Amino acid sequence: MNAAAGRLRSMVRKEFLAVLRDRRSRITLILPPILQLVLFGFASTLEVKHVTLGVYDRDHGAWSQEVVDSLAGSPNVKRLVRLDSPRAVRRAIDDRDVIGVVSFAEDFSANVTAGRPAEVQAVLDGRRSNASQIVGGYLNTIVAAVGAQVRGSPAPAPGSTLATNWFNPNLDYLWFTMPALVVTIAALSVLSITGQSVARERELGTFDQLLVSPLRIHEILAGKIAPALALGLFNASVYLVLIPFVFGIPFTGSVLMFYLALCCYLTALIGAGLLVSILSQTQQQAFLGTFLIVVPLILLSGFSAPVDNMPAWLQMVAQADPLKHFLIVSEGVFLKSMPARDVLANTWPLVVIAAVTLTGSGLFFRSRLG
Amino acid sequence: MSDARRIAALLVKESLQIVRDPSTLLIAFGLPPLLLFLFGYAINLDTARTHIGLALLDRSEAAQSLATAFGHSRWFDVAVRDSVAPLKADLISGRVRGIVVVPLDFGRRTAAGGADIQVITDGSIPNTATFVAAYAEGVRASWAAARQAEGGATIAAAAPGAGGISVSTRYWFNPEMTSRFFLVPGSMAIVLTMIGTLLTSLIIAREWERGTMEALMATPIGMGEFIASKVLPYFFLGLGSAIVCTVLAVTVFGVPFRGSPWALLAIVSAFMVPALGQGLFISAATKSQFVASQIALLTAFLPALLLSGFLYEISSMPAWIQVLTYCVPVRYLIPLLQSVFLAGDIWNLFLPNMLAMLGFGAVFFYLTIRVTHRRVA
Repeated sequence: MNAAAGRLRSMVRKEFLAVLRDRRSRITLILPPILQLVLFGFASTLEVKHVTLGVYDRDHGAWSQEVVDSLAGSPNVKRLVRLDSPRAVRRAIDDRDVIGVVSFAEDFSANVTAGRPAEVQAVLDGRRSNASQIVGGYLNTIVAAVGAQVRGSPAPAPGSTLATNWFNPNLDYLWFTMPALVVTIAALSVLSITGQSVARERELGTFDQLLVSPLRIHEILAGKIAPALALGLFNASVYLVLIPFVFGIPFTGSVLMFYLALCCYLTALIGAGLLVSILSQTQQQAFLGTFLIVVPLILLSGFSAPVDNMPAWLQMVAQADPLKHFLIVSEGVFLKSMPARDVLANTWPLVVIAAVTLTGSGLFFRSRLG
Repeated sequence: MSDARRIAALLVKESLQIVRDPSTLLIAFGLPPLLLFLFGYAINLDTARTHIGLALLDRSEAAQSLATAFGHSRWFDVAVRDSVAPLKADLISGRVRGIVVVPLDFGRRTAAGGADIQVITDGSIPNTATFVAAYAEGVRASWAAARQAEGGATIAAAAPGAGGISVSTRYWFNPEMTSRFFLVPGSMAIVLTMIGTLLTSLIIAREWERGTMEALMATPIGMGEFIASKVLPYFFLGLGSAIVCTVLAVTVFGVPFRGSPWALLAIVSAFMVPALGQGLFISAATKSQFVASQIALLTAFLPALLLSGFLYEISSMPAWIQVLTYCVPVRYLIPLLQSVFLAGDIWNLFLPNMLAMLGFGAVFFYLTIRVTHRRVA
């Protein structure tokens, strides 16, 4: 028993040294995750603000000016560019100087004044279809407001819808992104260090030395798991402090439940990373292999687009993605004060994934011995 | 030995190294279909049916009729309950993304003229929350309008268009607004970044790690030949996988290709210059596979995904990040790829962006040469 504990301790110590000995590796493991959080936290927004629109006004009337003034006053519009010919319109959109152009026909103001239906023509850049669709929505709202003004006092609305946003009252996109980045950045760093762990030994030739040592397979694997787990816990703890105190995003749930789910999540990731590492011959293969799994894992997690929007069969595939489950937990404990029952409901799939990947690693490791 | 023969020999050596390692070929020709597939199907920014709960506190005929209208909406999958409490738990667990509350006095107020409903959204996913609120109001408004029309209460003021202003919106290049059409060309940028920067940085860092780099430099080859022989095989690997991507995008995903193949090749070639330069620079500066891989991930892959304008609109980012995006070569590539597929050859747009990419390439190659000289000396 004592001998086993001693073996395990020296194996873990060796693995920590392998990861932390080099100063540049240390910096690479600690600094980028924090940089990523700040940089990508602000960058990954699906909101559309500060757009530049073109205006092609053949009317030069009071009402077209009214619409243009409303557009200029919108907080979502940064700049309006005057265009004076269909060619200029074409060119402004082609060259992506503007995201879209609003045009008025010669008789626009005349029609409005006479009470005839008047139409504002909008052309939007379909190459940026997500942003264009949202801008199309803004245009409708702004023009509808001017239209209401034309009718004089707005007609009494027969009922309305009052919307309340729970968990994130102002629908601040950062509140969604930050808890999601905890999930994706942890996956990137944990997978890249475990992915290298076995492959590096094989490339350097120390793998055979490990095999002839008195260490058992589970002891070797435990040694490989420890530094990645420690690193993942460390990074997540830094985020847990930074996100509420620096970015002002509430952490409403239970810290204990968060760490419980986090440990299961990290173990599931480590299992996947080890599997890649054991199957690779060289560090290069391990890195590329890690990459080949990390991209689908992120894309299927619901970070870039909701899982609900995916086709049903792909939603089934996403069930095998640890990021998908932990993303729900992370958003839940940060914003929704998610009760233990819901956290556990999303944690047991992580335990299953961890069990499968770790068992797989053990089996492959054993088969490499033979 | 003549220069040409030296370069040829080196090129053969490098190409053999690529062909012999299955992982390199997997990345060049296996990753493109996988990524295109994921961006084609998994990343759907066009909202599909959303699960919502409907708390029907009122049992009047009007309330029932509104519930039916929600049930028939093609935007929602509705679970009807008679109180809000059970739906709150569903909102927390994520089983529903919004709750529509039809209040107790809904029927009475509807009879009296007009009644309000309440919508509670899951703000933890802001875009879905906005969608639920807007479309719930849409369902309610069209229900109210239909009821008014049935009741014969067609007041002139309610008829839309009478003296009103409407917007007719057209989307150029992508009239049906299929998000796949701009995501699939964009994902090609990710593939090229992978090959150009990640793969190259890793492979050359390995040579440094093993000392074969110094061995090569001790031979009579010049710096230019040396860099060319390292980089050219990956350049062609990049072009090859761009062709694979394009063929797949057009045949499997039905993305239109309105530009010319030559323009596409020119764009891809222009981008491969900074991508390879960056990979070369990272490997020369770090000389360690692990550090190189992490730096390539941080400075090439993640920016390609997040700062390039591919998934997230650059103009919406805070000003300091917008400035930073100008330092990311892939930012100049995304608009060109989207244009060459969806719009056509717009050289006004292509040339300045290609120049910018080549400029970055020149800087990276210059830095690589400086770092390498210093390291060896």
